Amino acid sequence: MPGRWIEAGRAREFSTEAKQRAMPVNAANDDPERARRFRDAALPHLDDVYSLARYLLRDANDAEDAVQECYLRALKHFDGYRGPAMKPWLFAILRNVCHAEFARRASSPTAAIEDVTEDSEQTPLWRETQETPEAQLLRRRDATTIRRFVIGLDEPFRETFVLREIHNLSYREIADIVEAPVGTVMSRLARARALLRAAWLAEEEPSK
Amino acid sequence: MTCDEAEILLHALIDGELDAGHAREVEDHIAGCPRCTAQLAAYREMSKAIAGADLRYAAPPQLRRRIEASLPQTRTPNRRSVLKGFAMGSAVSAIAATGLFAILLHDGDDQRIMSEVVSAHLRSLQAGHLTDVVSTDQHTVKPWFNGKLDVSPPVIDLTAQGFALIGGRLDYVDARAIGAIVYRRRAHVINLFVAQTPGTERHAAKTETIQGFNIRRWSDRGLNYWAVSDLAADELAEFGEKFEAAMKGSGAG
Repeated sequence: MPGRWIEAGRAREFSTEAKQRAMPVNAANDDPERARRFRDAALPHLDDVYSLARYLLRDANDAEDAVQECYLRALKHFDGYRGPAMKPWLFAILRNVCHAEFARRASSPTAAIEDVTEDSEQTPLWRETQETPEAQLLRRRDATTIRRFVIGLDEPFRETFVLREIHNLSYREIADIVEAPVGTVMSRLARARALLRAAWLAEEEPSK
Repeated sequence: MTCDEAEILLHALIDGELDAGHAREVEDHIAGCPRCTAQLAAYREMSKAIAGADLRYAAPPQLRRRIEASLPQTRTPNRRSVLKGFAMGSAVSAIAATGLFAILLHDGDDQRIMSEVVSAHLRSLQAGHLTDVVSTDQHTVKPWFNGKLDVSPPVIDLTAQGFALIGGRLDYVDARAIGAIVYRRRAHVINLFVAQTPGTERHAAKTETIQGFNIRRWSDRGLNYWAVSDLAADELAEFGEKFEAAMKGSGAG
């Protein structure tokens, strides 16, 4: 097993591997006291980690596998953990696991990644925002519908949006997780909110 | 400041990420710009709507069990580790060392599970570990468990009987996620744990003592209950009886 989780996340396919493997416990990990500390520190964040995985992967089964892989890696590297806070640390690991999954999907002939290019990230905001009347009020939506809007966002906007709006991380924490400058986080978030609002308003009509 | 700049910075303003100086600049621009004023209002409205809806997904119980099972098992605590835990928590234990655990378990080694219950009780007394959801309202605590467990634990407010409901928590016993409902008796904390058992027959309460804690255990309607406490056995029995009586009275969980 590779000793560095960042690199480890890049190339591996977790989705089949995680299921077949009974998550081997090596001697270094087989310390009840250490396991207890890990459990107490990491397990309270399971809902958050799973939730982020759902939004990143847009698939419940893949999310479960990614979360399991994430916890396996987190346990492996728990000794080297010195911060940040546990939740952002787990998120960063999960993100790497998810990127390995994206790589797998990209290489599979039937699936594709929908990541937008850098070009479209540079699109000025006013193009979207001018299309929608700002004064228009948002109709109340239930959580299921709002989740659908969020899921509909493209990367990297969805990721930034979810980390900020659903998991309440600071710009700094998000920047560290997505390995981008704070300014980029800010502009992605602005774009994400513009897109989400546009989707929200577009559904005002009784459609479906 | 231009509208293009303000359009991005107003998000940082909404999120409270600007220092006072920059916040002032953005606000100054917005004050003189009807379009940006409308934008700010629109995004504030949206952020509020999003904050008001819980958009998180709860981890499925089987995932929790899978991960729990994949971690190196914290085995039955031996006498020494329990004593160590007790010493660590003794300041807390002195003021709050009552635990009631109602646990539904399939079957398994009673003695080992009781040790785990004591261990879970000790863990819960450490700072910040007692409750995941804090509420004195049973109608808040009960729904909180939805989606977190494969069973809906009975949450009963016994405040009128001298045992105040203070919240709930997820814990792990026998490598399974278990719901803990937390009560307080005077300065003593009480935990109530819930999981599932295939048997539905009723077993009357029995009390045992492990490491100085009293454990009261009974089964009813497909649930096994375990009570752990450093309270005198008679007070623990009182809790158990009142809980069972309230369960009968409510006719449900």
